[in-house]
Amino acid sequence: MINMELTNVSKIYKVDEVTVTALDNVSLKIENGDFISIVGPSGSGKSTLMHILGLLDKPTSGVVKLDGEEVSFKNDVKLASLRNKKIGFVFQSFNLLPRTTALANVELPLIYGGVSAKERHERSKEVLESVGLGQRTHHFPNQMSGGEKQKVAIARALINNPSIVLADEPTGNLDSKSGEEIMSIFKDLHKKGNTIVLVTHDLDIAGMTKKIIRVKDGKIVRE
Amino acid sequence: MDTLETFKLATSALKRNKSRSFLTMLGIIIGVFAVISLISVGTALKNYITKQFESIGANVLYVLPGQVGNGQGGFGGGGGSPNFAGSKLKTSYIKEIEKIGFPITQVTGDIEVSSVVKFKNKQTRARIVGGTPDIVAFTAYTLNKGRFFNNSEVTSSRKVAVIGSEIATKLYENKEPLGQDIIVAENRFKIIGVLESRGAGSLGSQDSVVVVPISSAQTVFGVTNLQSIFAKFAGENQADEAKTKIQNLLLKSLKPEDFTVINQGTLLTSISAILNVVTIALGGIAAISLLVGGIGIMNIMLVSVTERTREIGIRKSVGAQNSDILVQFLIEAIFLSLVGGSIGIIMGVAVTMLVGKLIAANAFSWWSIFLAIGVSSLVGIIFGVAPAYKASKLDPVEALRYE
Repeated sequence: MINMELTNVSKIYKVDEVTVTALDNVSLKIENGDFISIVGPSGSGKSTLMHILGLLDKPTSGVVKLDGEEVSFKNDVKLASLRNKKIGFVFQSFNLLPRTTALANVELPLIYGGVSAKERHERSKEVLESVGLGQRTHHFPNQMSGGEKQKVAIARALINNPSIVLADEPTGNLDSKSGEEIMSIFKDLHKKGNTIVLVTHDLDIAGMTKKIIRVKDGKIVRE
Repeated sequence: MDTLETFKLATSALKRNKSRSFLTMLGIIIGVFAVISLISVGTALKNYITKQFESIGANVLYVLPGQVGNGQGGFGGGGGSPNFAGSKLKTSYIKEIEKIGFPITQVTGDIEVSSVVKFKNKQTRARIVGGTPDIVAFTAYTLNKGRFFNNSEVTSSRKVAVIGSEIATKLYENKEPLGQDIIVAENRFKIIGVLESRGAGSLGSQDSVVVVPISSAQTVFGVTNLQSIFAKFAGENQADEAKTKIQNLLLKSLKPEDFTVINQGTLLTSISAILNVVTIALGGIAAISLLVGGIGIMNIMLVSVTERTREIGIRKSVGAQNSDILVQFLIEAIFLSLVGGSIGIIMGVAVTMLVGKLIAANAFSWWSIFLAIGVSSLVGIIFGVAPAYKASKLDPVEALRYE
């Protein structure tokens, strides 16, 4: 089953009078259960690709299909709801809300999904336990290590059982031990059947995935 | 996302920046407070003056010396005529006006002088009112004990006095003032009556008064004429008739510029009109501070949106709708202005009560409170919309990149 499909997707930025082609006619198929890493030098367009996969950025041209349905980038309401229900995002810099407990951070997508408080607490606790943070639910981000913060972020990404989990340099800000822990969580998730796409420039990390996509100058050079 | 969740979210953000939230609110607090208290002062003043007029009784014409305004408006009243010294109103006019008969029912005249009064080694300042026994009907004086002077005592310029309750307590303390002496401008008067208190703390103190026969007052202060003449007439419809009759009578011996006849009703209407304008002007000036408070909210909300750009990006990346972000920031702004407004209302009402007590008149006006609530929530919405809209339209990718 095809999870996500990009057909002839381009992204062109206009900065003042200069046009920058961040993505140039990219076509890509991601199947359910895939564990993919996207690699490439900085400025290659891999982040833009990631943002389009995460429906955070809008392509200049081309078609994006998610679960067989074409995504309309004109409809902001629908886009937000797709991000909420079908996509889990993990960032390099964690992007947790400051001064907000781990539990409340994990609950965030459920709040926007309109889930009742009781159910939110239960589900968030469960997911935090599954990433090994059962004892840290009421800690604030500034009381946690980088690895723990990233685990909270993963829990938040998983809370709505998304179709696809996207991780942008998830180990980039972590020491190697924490990085390994995070990678082992991703490997577990893959074993459970989750679809995972990682962006990285670390070839060791990329080596742990099942498929590597190389991006250069806005084009996919090798799958 | 339901409203309760958004509300919790907004208030928790405000709680995180307690002192900033409070200072932002302070602008609204001061604005609302100023609007309510200034409007109350205006209202209280109007009610006080109306009450003063009403205590003299309805259907009263004033005859004042000289030209007072255009005979329609202008201040004068019983309190102090602008050119009392040059007054050409003779005491004999009281009797002459009385003789007109219908529609005129009762006439009196007075002089009022502020002077020091003494008893033994104690002294205080009092308003000395020289009048005829009929003055009681115009001033609503009521006796606590003793008696009022009569017409024969006026005719014979007897040195008798009826004192206000405040004079009684200040000069005689626990002693019985009846039968005691009181020194008014170096003249010895005998106290024959004490007035009932007319309410503590009145403007100019109504209880700090000494009422003496008009003739005695004139002798003591060396004046021959009256400060004002009051004439009651039968009914509202007779106002013009009574006025014309008094004018015609006085014109026999006086020139038109020597006196003015004013109808209390007309006077009250014009004073009310002036005070209404003053009240609205005061409220308007205060409203400017409310506007400044609103701009303060907008300013802090814009800062807050910039500061929380990354937070907005995070929220959008996990599925927050633009409307969720808009409402979140809008509620923050409205909350600030409503809570600030409520505190301002409480403080404003407290001052209103205080003013009411000091002036002994109702200072409370519902419309000032409704105005304050309306304006403060409006301020929140108007000044909150722009920053909230800005937040809701942020591009998620840009927002997440924001450091």
